[in-house]
Amino acid sequence: MHSDYKTKIVGFKDFVFRKSLWVFHFGGASCNNCDIEILDCLTPRHDLERFGIMLVGSIRHADVLLVNGSINMRDRDRLLELYDQAPKPLLVVAIGACGCTGGIFAEGITFAGPVDKIIPVDAYIPGCPPKPEAIIAGVARLAGRKT
Amino acid sequence: MAVSLFYFFVYPGLLFMAVTGGLLSWYDRKITARVQFRKGPPLLQPFWDFLKLMLVKETILPRQGSRFVFLLAPVLALFGATMAGLFILLPLFNIETGFKGDIIVIFYLLTLPSFSYIIGSLASGNPIAAVGASREMKLIISYELTFLLVVAAVIMKSGQEFDLNSIIAVQQADKPFIGSISGVLLFIAGLFCIQAKLGLVPFDMSEAEAELASGIYIEYSGPPYAMIRLAKYIMLFILPAFIVALLMNGMTGGIGVLWLILKILALVLLVTLIRNTNPRLKIKQASSFFLIWMNLLVIIAIVLNAFGL
Ligand code: SF4
Repeated sequence: MHSDYKTKIVGFKDFVFRKSLWVFHFGGASCNNCDIEILDCLTPRHDLERFGIMLVGSIRHADVLLVNGSINMRDRDRLLELYDQAPKPLLVVAIGACGCTGGIFAEGITFAGPVDKIIPVDAYIPGCPPKPEAIIAGVARLAGRKT
Repeated sequence: MAVSLFYFFVYPGLLFMAVTGGLLSWYDRKITARVQFRKGPPLLQPFWDFLKLMLVKETILPRQGSRFVFLLAPVLALFGATMAGLFILLPLFNIETGFKGDIIVIFYLLTLPSFSYIIGSLASGNPIAAVGASREMKLIISYELTFLLVVAAVIMKSGQEFDLNSIIAVQQADKPFIGSISGVLLFIAGLFCIQAKLGLVPFDMSEAEAELASGIYIEYSGPPYAMIRLAKYIMLFILPAFIVALLMNGMTGGIGVLWLILKILALVLLVTLIRNTNPRLKIKQASSFFLIWMNLLVIIAIVLNAFGL
Protein backbone atom coordinates (compact mmCIF):
# COMPACT_ATOMS: atom_id res chain seq x y z
CA MET A 1 0.00 0.00 0.00
CA HIS A 2 1.16 3.53 -0.73
CA SER A 3 -0.30 6.73 0.68
CA ASP A 4 -1.76 9.34 -1.66
CA TYR A 5 0.52 12.10 -0.33
CA LYS A 6 2.16 12.79 -3.69
CA THR A 7 -1.04 13.47 -5.56
CA LYS A 8 -2.67 15.65 -2.88
CA ILE A 9 0.05 17.89 -1.48
CA VAL A 10 1.92 19.85 -4.14
CA GLY A 11 3.76 23.14 -4.64
CA PHE A 12 4.25 25.47 -1.70
CA LYS A 13 2.33 23.22 0.68
CA ASP A 14 4.64 20.35 -0.14
CA PHE A 15 7.63 22.65 0.39
CA VAL A 16 6.64 23.83 3.89
CA PHE A 17 5.54 20.35 4.89
CA ARG A 18 8.94 18.93 4.07
CA LYS A 19 10.65 21.80 5.86
CA SER A 20 9.05 20.94 9.16
CA LEU A 21 8.51 17.25 9.80
CA TRP A 22 7.43 16.43 13.33
CA VAL A 23 8.03 12.84 14.25
CA PHE A 24 6.01 10.49 16.42
CA HIS A 25 7.61 7.19 17.34
CA PHE A 26 5.64 3.96 17.55
CA GLY A 27 7.52 0.94 18.84
CA GLY A 28 5.83 -2.37 18.11
CA ALA A 29 7.03 -5.67 19.55
CA SER A 30 10.55 -4.50 18.96
CA CYS A 31 13.72 -6.03 20.39
CA ASN A 32 14.39 -2.44 21.50
CA ASN A 33 17.44 -2.08 19.33
CA CYS A 34 15.75 0.00 16.68
CA ASP A 35 14.22 2.27 19.35
CA ILE A 36 17.67 3.02 20.68
CA GLU A 37 18.96 3.83 17.21
CA ILE A 38 16.03 6.19 16.57
CA LEU A 39 16.75 8.03 19.80
CA ASP A 40 20.36 8.14 18.70
CA CYS A 41 19.37 10.30 15.71
CA LEU A 42 18.20 13.03 18.07
CA THR A 43 21.40 13.14 20.11
CA PRO A 44 23.91 15.99 19.67
CA ARG A 45 26.13 13.89 17.42
CA HIS A 46 23.49 13.37 14.74
CA ASP A 47 21.03 16.21 15.52
CA LEU A 48 17.93 15.84 13.36
CA GLU A 49 16.72 19.30 14.37
CA ARG A 50 18.94 20.87 11.72
CA PHE A 51 16.46 19.51 9.16
CA GLY A 52 13.57 20.93 11.21
CA ILE A 53 12.67 17.52 12.55
CA MET A 54 11.30 17.36 16.08
CA LEU A 55 10.09 14.52 18.26
CA VAL A 56 6.57 15.31 19.49
CA GLY A 57 4.64 13.80 22.37
CA SER A 58 1.13 13.79 20.92
CA ILE A 59 0.02 12.03 17.74
CA ARG A 60 -2.16 15.07 16.94
CA HIS A 61 0.99 17.06 16.22
CA ALA A 62 2.73 14.39 14.18
CA ASP A 63 3.63 14.59 10.49
CA VAL A 64 5.70 11.42 10.35
CA LEU A 65 4.92 8.15 12.07
CA LEU A 66 8.02 6.06 12.64
CA VAL A 67 7.12 2.41 13.07
CA ASN A 68 9.67 -0.16 14.12
CA GLY A 69 9.59 -3.66 15.49
CA SER A 70 7.50 -6.59 14.40
CA ILE A 71 3.78 -5.85 14.52
CA ASN A 72 1.88 -8.56 16.35
CA MET A 73 -1.86 -8.95 16.67
CA ARG A 74 -2.15 -6.60 19.63
CA ASP A 75 0.05 -3.95 18.10
CA ARG A 76 -2.01 -3.98 14.93
CA ASP A 77 -5.06 -2.50 16.68
CA ARG A 78 -2.95 0.13 18.40
CA LEU A 79 -1.21 1.06 15.15
CA LEU A 80 -4.49 1.37 13.25
CA GLU A 81 -5.93 3.53 16.03
CA LEU A 82 -2.89 5.80 16.03
CA TYR A 83 -3.05 6.13 12.26
CA ASP A 84 -6.72 7.12 12.45
CA GLN A 85 -6.05 9.65 15.21
CA ALA A 86 -3.30 11.44 13.32
CA PRO A 87 -4.15 14.57 11.31
CA LYS A 88 -3.50 13.97 7.62
CA PRO A 89 -1.29 14.29 5.59
CA LEU A 90 0.84 11.80 7.42
CA LEU A 91 3.98 10.09 6.21
CA VAL A 92 4.74 6.62 7.55
CA VAL A 93 8.27 5.25 7.77
CA ALA A 94 8.91 1.58 8.47
CA ILE A 95 12.21 1.10 10.22
CA GLY A 96 14.30 -2.04 10.51
CA ALA A 97 13.97 -5.48 9.03
CA CYS A 98 11.01 -6.11 11.33
CA GLY A 99 9.10 -3.05 10.16
CA CYS A 100 9.84 -3.58 6.47
CA THR A 101 9.28 -7.31 6.10
CA GLY A 102 8.90 -8.93 9.49
CA GLY A 103 12.52 -9.98 9.69
CA ILE A 104 13.19 -12.98 11.89
CA PHE A 105 9.67 -12.80 13.31
CA ALA A 106 7.92 -13.07 9.95
CA GLU A 107 6.79 -16.64 10.57
CA GLY A 108 5.86 -16.24 14.24
CA ILE A 109 2.34 -17.30 15.21
CA THR A 110 1.33 -13.87 16.55
CA PHE A 111 2.85 -11.91 13.68
CA ALA A 112 0.33 -9.59 12.00
CA GLY A 113 2.58 -7.35 9.90
CA PRO A 114 4.58 -6.23 8.08
CA VAL A 115 3.64 -2.58 8.51
CA ASP A 116 2.62 -1.98 4.90
CA LYS A 117 -0.05 -4.66 5.16
CA ILE A 118 -1.77 -2.57 7.84
CA ILE A 119 -1.23 1.10 6.92
CA PRO A 120 0.26 2.83 3.85
CA VAL A 121 4.03 3.24 4.10
CA ASP A 122 6.02 6.02 2.37
CA ALA A 123 9.58 4.98 3.14
CA TYR A 124 11.42 1.85 4.17
CA ILE A 125 14.68 1.88 6.08
CA PRO A 126 16.08 -1.65 6.21
CA GLY A 127 18.73 -2.93 8.58
CA CYS A 128 18.76 -4.89 11.80
CA PRO A 129 19.01 -2.35 13.33
CA PRO A 130 19.65 0.37 10.70
CA LYS A 131 22.53 2.66 11.55
CA PRO A 132 21.54 6.18 12.65
CA GLU A 133 23.18 7.42 9.46
CA ALA A 134 20.84 5.22 7.42
CA ILE A 135 17.80 6.52 9.31
CA ILE A 136 18.95 10.12 8.79
CA ALA A 137 19.53 9.44 5.08
CA GLY A 138 16.01 8.03 4.77
CA VAL A 139 14.36 10.86 6.69
CA ALA A 140 16.40 13.52 4.90
CA ARG A 141 15.26 12.08 1.59
CA LEU A 142 11.69 12.38 2.87
CA ALA A 143 12.47 15.98 3.72
CA GLY A 144 13.41 16.45 0.07
CA ARG A 145 17.18 16.73 0.38
CA LYS A 146 19.74 15.09 -1.83
CA THR A 147 21.78 12.59 0.12
CA MET B 1 -9.60 54.41 13.02
CA ALA B 2 -7.27 53.55 10.17
CA VAL B 3 -4.30 54.33 12.41
CA SER B 4 -5.61 52.05 15.15
CA LEU B 5 -6.12 49.23 12.68
CA PHE B 6 -2.62 49.75 11.35
CA TYR B 7 -1.30 49.66 14.91
CA PHE B 8 -3.22 46.48 15.65
CA PHE B 9 -2.48 44.47 12.52
CA VAL B 10 0.82 45.71 11.15
CA TYR B 11 3.14 47.79 13.29
CA PRO B 12 3.68 47.23 16.15
CA GLY B 13 0.77 44.79 16.04
CA LEU B 14 0.17 41.26 14.87
CA LEU B 15 2.49 41.12 11.87
CA PHE B 16 5.48 42.81 13.47
CA MET B 17 5.12 40.86 16.69
CA ALA B 18 4.69 37.56 14.86
CA VAL B 19 7.83 38.10 12.76
CA THR B 20 9.93 39.27 15.71
CA GLY B 21 8.54 36.54 17.95
CA GLY B 22 9.31 33.91 15.32
CA LEU B 23 12.89 35.13 15.03
CA LEU B 24 13.22 35.13 18.84
CA SER B 25 11.85 31.60 18.93
CA TRP B 26 14.56 30.57 16.46
CA TYR B 27 17.13 32.32 18.66
CA ASP B 28 15.84 30.39 21.66
CA ARG B 29 16.04 27.05 19.84
CA LYS B 30 19.47 27.85 18.40
CA ILE B 31 20.87 28.73 21.83
CA THR B 32 19.39 25.52 23.20
CA ALA B 33 21.11 23.60 20.43
CA ARG B 34 24.45 25.31 21.04
CA VAL B 35 24.18 24.57 24.78
CA GLN B 36 23.77 20.90 23.90
CA PHE B 37 26.60 21.01 21.31
CA ARG B 38 24.18 20.61 18.40
CA LYS B 39 23.89 22.59 15.22
CA GLY B 40 20.30 23.68 15.62
CA PRO B 41 17.45 24.56 13.26
CA PRO B 42 17.69 26.94 10.27
CA LEU B 43 16.68 30.60 10.66
CA LEU B 44 13.19 30.35 9.20
CA GLN B 45 12.23 27.17 11.04
CA PRO B 46 9.53 28.73 13.30
CA PHE B 47 7.82 30.17 10.22
CA TRP B 48 7.91 26.83 8.38
CA ASP B 49 6.38 25.21 11.47
CA PHE B 50 3.63 27.80 11.59
CA LEU B 51 2.89 27.68 7.85
CA LYS B 52 2.81 23.91 7.82
CA LEU B 53 0.31 23.77 10.66
CA MET B 54 -1.74 26.56 9.12
CA LEU B 55 -1.83 25.47 5.48
CA VAL B 56 -1.21 21.76 5.27
CA LYS B 57 -2.46 19.94 8.33
CA GLU B 58 -6.00 18.85 8.97
CA THR B 59 -7.98 19.98 12.04
CA ILE B 60 -9.36 17.26 14.25
CA LEU B 61 -12.27 18.15 16.51
CA PRO B 62 -13.09 16.23 19.68
CA ARG B 63 -16.18 14.05 19.43
CA GLN B 64 -17.07 14.61 23.05
CA GLY B 65 -16.75 18.03 24.60
CA SER B 66 -17.52 21.46 23.28
CA ARG B 67 -16.20 22.08 19.77
CA PHE B 68 -17.05 25.77 19.74
CA VAL B 69 -15.09 26.52 22.91
CA PHE B 70 -12.29 24.23 21.73
CA LEU B 71 -11.90 26.35 18.58
CA LEU B 72 -12.52 29.67 20.29
CA ALA B 73 -9.71 29.22 22.83
CA PRO B 74 -6.75 29.64 20.40
CA VAL B 75 -8.36 32.74 18.89
CA LEU B 76 -8.76 34.23 22.36
CA ALA B 77 -5.17 33.36 23.22
CA LEU B 78 -3.87 35.04 20.08
CA PHE B 79 -6.10 38.08 20.67
CA GLY B 80 -4.94 38.42 24.27
CA ALA B 81 -1.28 38.17 23.33
CA THR B 82 -1.62 40.68 20.48
CA MET B 83 -3.62 43.16 22.51
CA ALA B 84 -1.24 42.99 25.48
CA GLY B 85 1.68 43.33 23.08
CA LEU B 86 0.12 46.42 21.56
CA PHE B 87 -0.27 48.12 24.93
CA ILE B 88 3.31 47.25 25.83
CA LEU B 89 4.99 48.12 22.55
CA LEU B 90 3.30 51.46 21.84
CA PRO B 91 4.77 53.14 24.96
CA LEU B 92 8.01 51.22 24.48
CA PHE B 93 8.43 52.73 21.00
CA ASN B 94 7.58 56.16 22.44
CA ILE B 95 4.21 56.38 20.71
CA GLU B 96 1.90 58.38 22.94
CA THR B 97 -1.33 56.50 23.71
CA GLY B 98 -2.84 58.89 26.24
CA PHE B 99 -4.26 55.91 28.13
CA LYS B 100 -3.81 56.32 31.89
CA GLY B 101 -3.80 53.08 33.84
CA ASP B 102 -2.85 50.82 30.92
CA ILE B 103 -0.52 48.80 33.14
CA ILE B 104 -3.52 47.16 34.82
CA VAL B 105 -5.07 46.29 31.46
CA ILE B 106 -1.76 44.78 30.35
CA PHE B 107 -1.63 42.72 33.51
CA TYR B 108 -5.05 41.20 32.81
CA LEU B 109 -4.48 40.72 29.09
CA LEU B 110 -1.26 38.85 29.76
CA THR B 111 -3.16 36.15 31.65
CA LEU B 112 -5.64 35.70 28.80
CA PRO B 113 -3.49 33.20 26.82
CA SER B 114 -2.98 30.92 29.82
CA PHE B 115 -6.66 31.08 30.67
CA SER B 116 -7.76 30.26 27.17
CA TYR B 117 -5.37 27.29 27.02
CA ILE B 118 -7.05 25.99 30.18
CA ILE B 119 -10.54 26.53 28.76
CA GLY B 120 -9.63 24.95 25.43
CA SER B 121 -7.99 21.91 26.93
CA LEU B 122 -10.90 21.31 29.29
CA ALA B 123 -13.30 21.68 26.36
CA SER B 124 -11.52 18.89 24.49
CA GLY B 125 -12.66 16.29 27.01
CA ASN B 126 -9.29 14.56 27.08
CA PRO B 127 -8.34 13.36 30.59
CA ILE B 128 -4.63 14.07 30.07
CA ALA B 129 -5.45 17.60 28.93
CA ALA B 130 -7.52 17.97 32.10
CA VAL B 131 -4.50 17.04 34.23
CA GLY B 132 -2.44 19.62 32.32
CA ALA B 133 -5.14 22.23 32.78
CA SER B 134 -5.33 21.69 36.52
CA ARG B 135 -1.55 22.06 36.76
CA GLU B 136 -1.66 25.25 34.70
CA MET B 137 -4.34 26.63 37.00
CA LYS B 138 -2.25 25.98 40.09
CA LEU B 139 0.74 27.55 38.39
CA ILE B 140 -1.23 30.69 37.52
CA ILE B 141 -2.44 31.01 41.12
CA SER B 142 1.18 30.73 42.29
CA TYR B 143 2.94 33.22 40.03
CA GLU B 144 0.22 35.78 39.50
CA LEU B 145 0.53 37.28 42.98
CA THR B 146 4.29 37.65 42.57
CA PHE B 147 3.83 39.29 39.19
CA LEU B 148 1.24 41.68 40.60
CA LEU B 149 3.59 42.58 43.46
CA VAL B 150 6.40 43.26 40.97
CA VAL B 151 4.14 45.58 38.99
CA ALA B 152 2.97 47.27 42.21
CA ALA B 153 6.57 47.79 43.34
CA VAL B 154 7.42 49.38 40.00
CA ILE B 155 4.41 51.68 40.35
CA MET B 156 5.66 52.68 43.82
CA LYS B 157 9.15 53.29 42.51
CA SER B 158 7.88 55.56 39.75
CA GLY B 159 5.90 57.69 42.21
CA GLN B 160 2.37 56.30 41.66
CA GLU B 161 2.35 56.38 37.87
CA PHE B 162 -0.15 53.92 36.41
CA ASP B 163 0.80 54.12 32.76
CA LEU B 164 3.82 52.73 30.98
CA ASN B 165 4.57 55.99 29.19
CA SER B 166 5.14 57.83 32.48
CA ILE B 167 7.02 54.91 34.04
CA ILE B 168 9.44 54.92 31.12
CA ALA B 169 9.66 58.73 31.23
CA VAL B 170 10.51 58.66 34.96
CA GLN B 171 13.29 56.17 34.32
CA GLN B 172 14.69 58.09 31.38
CA ALA B 173 14.71 61.32 33.38
CA ASP B 174 16.59 59.74 36.28
CA LYS B 175 18.15 56.27 35.99
CA PRO B 176 16.71 52.82 35.16
CA PHE B 177 15.03 51.11 38.10
CA ILE B 178 17.31 48.11 37.76
CA GLY B 179 20.20 50.31 38.89
CA SER B 180 19.25 49.92 42.57
CA ILE B 181 19.22 46.95 44.96
CA SER B 182 15.44 46.75 45.08
CA GLY B 183 15.39 46.95 41.27
CA VAL B 184 17.70 43.94 40.98
CA LEU B 185 15.49 41.91 43.33
CA LEU B 186 12.41 42.89 41.30
CA PHE B 187 14.22 41.90 38.11
CA ILE B 188 14.96 38.41 39.47
CA ALA B 189 11.35 37.87 40.56
CA GLY B 190 10.04 39.25 37.26
CA LEU B 191 12.34 36.97 35.28
CA PHE B 192 11.00 33.86 37.01
CA CYS B 193 7.45 35.10 36.49
CA ILE B 194 7.91 35.43 32.74
CA GLN B 195 9.56 32.00 32.69
CA ALA B 196 6.40 30.57 34.26
CA LYS B 197 4.15 32.62 31.98
CA LEU B 198 5.98 31.30 28.93
CA GLY B 199 5.67 27.74 30.27
CA LEU B 200 9.39 27.06 29.85
CA VAL B 201 11.24 24.30 31.52
CA PRO B 202 11.34 24.59 35.26
CA PHE B 203 7.66 25.50 35.03
CA ASP B 204 6.45 23.50 32.04
CA MET B 205 4.53 20.93 34.10
CA SER B 206 1.30 21.69 32.27
CA GLU B 207 2.92 20.70 28.98
CA ALA B 208 5.36 18.06 30.22
CA GLU B 209 5.85 16.14 27.00
CA ALA B 210 7.55 13.27 28.81
CA GLU B 211 4.68 12.49 31.19
CA LEU B 212 1.61 14.22 29.78
CA ALA B 213 2.44 14.12 26.05
CA SER B 214 2.02 17.90 25.51
CA GLY B 215 -0.65 18.13 28.24
CA ILE B 216 -2.92 21.09 27.56
CA TYR B 217 -2.14 21.13 23.82
CA ILE B 218 -2.58 17.39 23.32
CA GLU B 219 -5.80 17.55 21.29
CA TYR B 220 -4.90 20.53 19.10
CA SER B 221 -3.87 19.97 15.51
CA GLY B 222 -3.67 22.00 12.33
CA PRO B 223 -4.67 25.70 12.22
CA PRO B 224 -5.83 25.99 15.88
CA TYR B 225 -2.46 24.67 16.99
CA ALA B 226 -0.76 27.08 14.60
CA MET B 227 -2.54 29.93 16.38
CA ILE B 228 -1.35 28.62 19.74
CA ARG B 229 2.21 28.50 18.41
CA LEU B 230 1.86 32.05 17.12
CA ALA B 231 0.57 33.24 20.50
CA LYS B 232 3.59 31.58 22.10
CA TYR B 233 6.00 33.32 19.68
CA ILE B 234 4.36 36.65 20.49
CA MET B 235 4.55 36.03 24.23
CA LEU B 236 8.25 35.23 23.89
CA PHE B 237 8.69 38.73 22.48
CA ILE B 238 6.34 40.88 24.56
CA LEU B 239 7.09 39.53 28.03
CA PRO B 240 10.79 40.46 27.88
CA ALA B 241 9.70 43.75 26.29
CA PHE B 242 7.42 44.34 29.30
CA ILE B 243 10.30 43.77 31.72
CA VAL B 244 12.44 46.16 29.66
CA ALA B 245 9.72 48.79 29.90
CA LEU B 246 9.17 48.28 33.63
CA LEU B 247 12.73 48.09 34.88
CA MET B 248 15.25 48.83 32.15
CA ASN B 249 14.17 52.28 30.93
CA GLY B 250 12.60 51.29 27.60
CA MET B 251 13.97 52.84 24.44
CA THR B 252 15.85 56.11 24.18
CA GLY B 253 16.14 57.86 20.83
CA GLY B 254 18.70 57.24 18.09
CA ILE B 255 21.13 54.48 19.01
CA GLY B 256 18.59 53.42 21.68
CA VAL B 257 16.95 51.05 19.18
CA LEU B 258 20.10 48.96 19.20
CA TRP B 259 20.15 48.97 22.99
CA LEU B 260 16.53 47.88 23.07
CA ILE B 261 17.27 44.94 20.78
CA LEU B 262 20.29 43.97 22.89
CA LYS B 263 18.27 44.15 26.11
CA ILE B 264 15.54 41.91 24.74
CA LEU B 265 18.07 39.45 23.32
CA ALA B 266 19.86 39.34 26.67
CA LEU B 267 16.60 38.67 28.52
CA VAL B 268 15.62 35.87 26.14
CA LEU B 269 19.14 34.47 26.51
CA LEU B 270 18.71 34.39 30.30
CA VAL B 271 15.33 32.69 29.98
CA THR B 272 16.78 30.11 27.58
CA LEU B 273 19.75 29.38 29.81
CA ILE B 274 17.48 28.89 32.82
CA ARG B 275 15.37 26.49 30.81
CA ASN B 276 18.36 24.50 29.63
CA THR B 277 20.05 24.10 32.97
CA ASN B 278 17.11 23.15 35.17
CA PRO B 279 14.90 20.07 35.53
CA ARG B 280 11.13 20.29 35.60
CA LEU B 281 9.71 21.06 39.05
CA LYS B 282 6.71 19.38 40.62
CA ILE B 283 3.69 21.66 40.85
CA LYS B 284 4.00 21.72 44.64
CA GLN B 285 7.62 22.88 44.43
CA ALA B 286 6.71 25.58 41.92
CA SER B 287 3.91 26.83 44.17
CA SER B 288 6.12 27.11 47.23
CA PHE B 289 8.87 28.66 45.12
CA PHE B 290 6.59 31.51 44.09
CA LEU B 291 4.26 31.82 47.05
CA ILE B 292 7.01 31.81 49.68
CA TRP B 293 10.39 32.69 48.23
CA MET B 294 9.60 34.98 45.31
CA ASN B 295 6.94 36.86 47.29
CA LEU B 296 9.42 37.28 50.12
CA LEU B 297 11.96 38.64 47.64
CA VAL B 298 9.51 41.19 46.23
CA ILE B 299 8.37 42.27 49.70
CA ILE B 300 12.02 42.81 50.69
CA ALA B 301 12.40 44.88 47.55
CA ILE B 302 9.36 46.97 48.43
CA VAL B 303 10.70 47.59 51.94
CA LEU B 304 14.13 48.50 50.57
CA ASN B 305 12.42 50.85 48.14
CA ALA B 306 10.68 52.58 51.03
CA PHE B 307 14.14 53.29 52.44
CA GLY B 308 15.20 54.67 49.09
CA LEU B 309 17.63 51.89 48.13
S1 SF4 C 1 14.86 -4.91 12.94
FE1 SF4 C 1 16.33 -6.02 14.19
S2 SF4 C 1 17.03 -4.50 15.63
FE2 SF4 C 1 15.12 -3.73 14.79
S3 SF4 C 1 13.53 -4.42 16.17
FE3 SF4 C 1 13.72 -5.97 14.56
S4 SF4 C 1 15.12 -7.49 15.37
FE4 SF4 C 1 15.34 -5.65 16.62
